[in-house]
Amino acid sequence: MLDFLHRMASPPHFYRLAGRLLPWLSAITALLFLSGLWGALFTSPPDYQQGESVRIIYVHVPAAWMSLFAYVVMAVAGAIGLVWRIRLADAVAAASAPVGAGFTFLALVTGSLWGKPMWGTWWVWDARLTSELLLLFLYLGYIGLRAAIEDRRNAARASAILALVGVVNIPIIHFSVEWWNTLHQGATVFRSGGPAIDPSMLLPLLLMALAFNFYYFVVLLLRVRTELLLEERRTNWVREVLS
Amino acid sequence: MTRRQRTLLFVTFLVTGIGAATILALRAFDENLLYFISPSEVAEGKAPAGRAFRLGGMVEKGSVEHAEHRLRTRFVITDFAHRVTVQYDGILPDLFREGQGIIARGRLDRNGVFVAEEVLAKHDENYMPPEVAGSLKQAERDGGAKP
Repeated sequence: MLDFLHRMASPPHFYRLAGRLLPWLSAITALLFLSGLWGALFTSPPDYQQGESVRIIYVHVPAAWMSLFAYVVMAVAGAIGLVWRIRLADAVAAASAPVGAGFTFLALVTGSLWGKPMWGTWWVWDARLTSELLLLFLYLGYIGLRAAIEDRRNAARASAILALVGVVNIPIIHFSVEWWNTLHQGATVFRSGGPAIDPSMLLPLLLMALAFNFYYFVVLLLRVRTELLLEERRTNWVREVLS
Repeated sequence: MTRRQRTLLFVTFLVTGIGAATILALRAFDENLLYFISPSEVAEGKAPAGRAFRLGGMVEKGSVEHAEHRLRTRFVITDFAHRVTVQYDGILPDLFREGQGIIARGRLDRNGVFVAEEVLAKHDENYMPPEVAGSLKQAERDGGAKP
């Protein structure tokens, strides 16, 4: 089993495997986005209180979910790289950061655009919004730290520790709306008692969430492949691939 | 102990240590992390005297009065235990209506009226099409229990 994992994680093997998977994953991503957007923009009804503005949910919520997911991937991959010194894990951690930062930015911007018409403000310093902003700074700090250290090994180690320190923020973001009084409302989908959203809106929301997820993996694989080529540029297999 | 086990131990301690420190820190700051306080807390005298704070609760049904020829609104914020009268000069957000959760920032005047400088609408976690909301209301009016 361990032997199998080791072979899977060897850079040349993973590079080729990712290359074979990418066209399929990209096609699935495109299909999911098409069906999700169709549902979000055309077939789903307006909300009884918010009217058409509710459609921001189909971008805002998947982006916010993925901002947390990408961070967990980054931190777990960083920890694996730290403990077992697997180069692939370091590459995954490095590749996940910019994608996660993008999702976080998207969640913050769409949230702000949604907040103005509904709440009456672009921004408030409540626990949910503040902790999500902190997540963006963690991503940016991680990317900066990684770029600032010349030696790749040291860079991977230092940034993995930063990522692990920041993990504490993930449950804070999720539970902030329960632990404190916030302007942001509580969880709609992941809550006890089942989702508090009509099925006609839940279906496109989940389709969009799945589309975001597949999109994340497509971009992650692309970035990991580039990371591996960069890191192993002096080896024979890279020379073979590039020749 | 091998290097690998040492690193694993280090990672475990790092994550649990930071986690514990954060829990303690957040507990210490608990009061300051509350974005708003409720009318009951105002009744208990927890509102900061002479300082602006945020008050949150429901807009009481039938309490909204619009002034004539000016942009002044008076309404009551309630948490179904205590009530606070709010006065606001300004444009209300789209979601402001009776029965809606809102958050107002301002201060209490001498008569115990909350003079708001800003009113934000809080919306809940429920999303549904207008027809579903309509039939829910209809069922309530007919005296049936909520499905």
